[in-house]
Amino acid sequence: MSELKIQIEREIDIIAARQAGRQMAGQLGFSATDQTLIATAISEVARNILIYAQRGEIQLEQIADGTRTGIQVVAADEGPGIENTDLALRDGYSTKNSLGLGLPGARRLMDDFTLASELGHGTRVTMKKWRR
Amino acid sequence: MPVPILKQGDTLIASIVAALSDDDLLQFRDDLATKIGTVRARGVVVDVTALDVLDSFATRTLRGIAYTAKLRGAETVIVGIQPEVAYTLVQLGLTFEGVSTALDLEEGLALLAAKKQARK
Repeated sequence: MSELKIQIEREIDIIAARQAGRQMAGQLGFSATDQTLIATAISEVARNILIYAQRGEIQLEQIADGTRTGIQVVAADEGPGIENTDLALRDGYSTKNSLGLGLPGARRLMDDFTLASELGHGTRVTMKKWRR
Repeated sequence: MPVPILKQGDTLIASIVAALSDDDLLQFRDDLATKIGTVRARGVVVDVTALDVLDSFATRTLRGIAYTAKLRGAETVIVGIQPEVAYTLVQLGLTFEGVSTALDLEEGLALLAAKKQARK
């Protein structure tokens, strides 16, 4: 299936990204519950892009591993990067005093979660969820 | 899109009808706090039936709205949290601690009526 990219520059883009994620997850046969988990995880990482990098991109892609089908969500930005990625994944930690759970929240909703960040160059969050 | 706030007796009913932007939510919080004063409301029902996603920002903002209403003298009940949304909130470890919830608008109004009766 296709790959989809959603630019994140304004707040309403968060809604567009999570709706696109839900739609793709639905087409891939994810349950209603999993669609909601995926859409919510996208909402968390997309908001993080806006808060920390101002702009970036959400990439959605169908993935396969043997007989398994899944969805991959990449949140990529060219923002300031994260100084301490361990700290960024800790509950309740925020450098912007935001209300969001952000990365630790998104991690809890997905099966697989990796965070790569380089100071001054940007951040890339890759999350996967497999269809049960 | 602003959230319409309707008055029924001493209760305000706000139905969130579409996915709200963060700004809409904050506007709703301010509108509600003001309207509680102008109509002297004692109860607020916030209906989130139409929301298919409640992320951490929206959840914490809604909780803040309920606390703000409480400080203005009105009890808030949040109604209509969808089953998938409820499960997601549990996964996120988020709660509406200290805020009443009910299945739907009818149950929410009944809960407020019961609380009012208890105050007498």
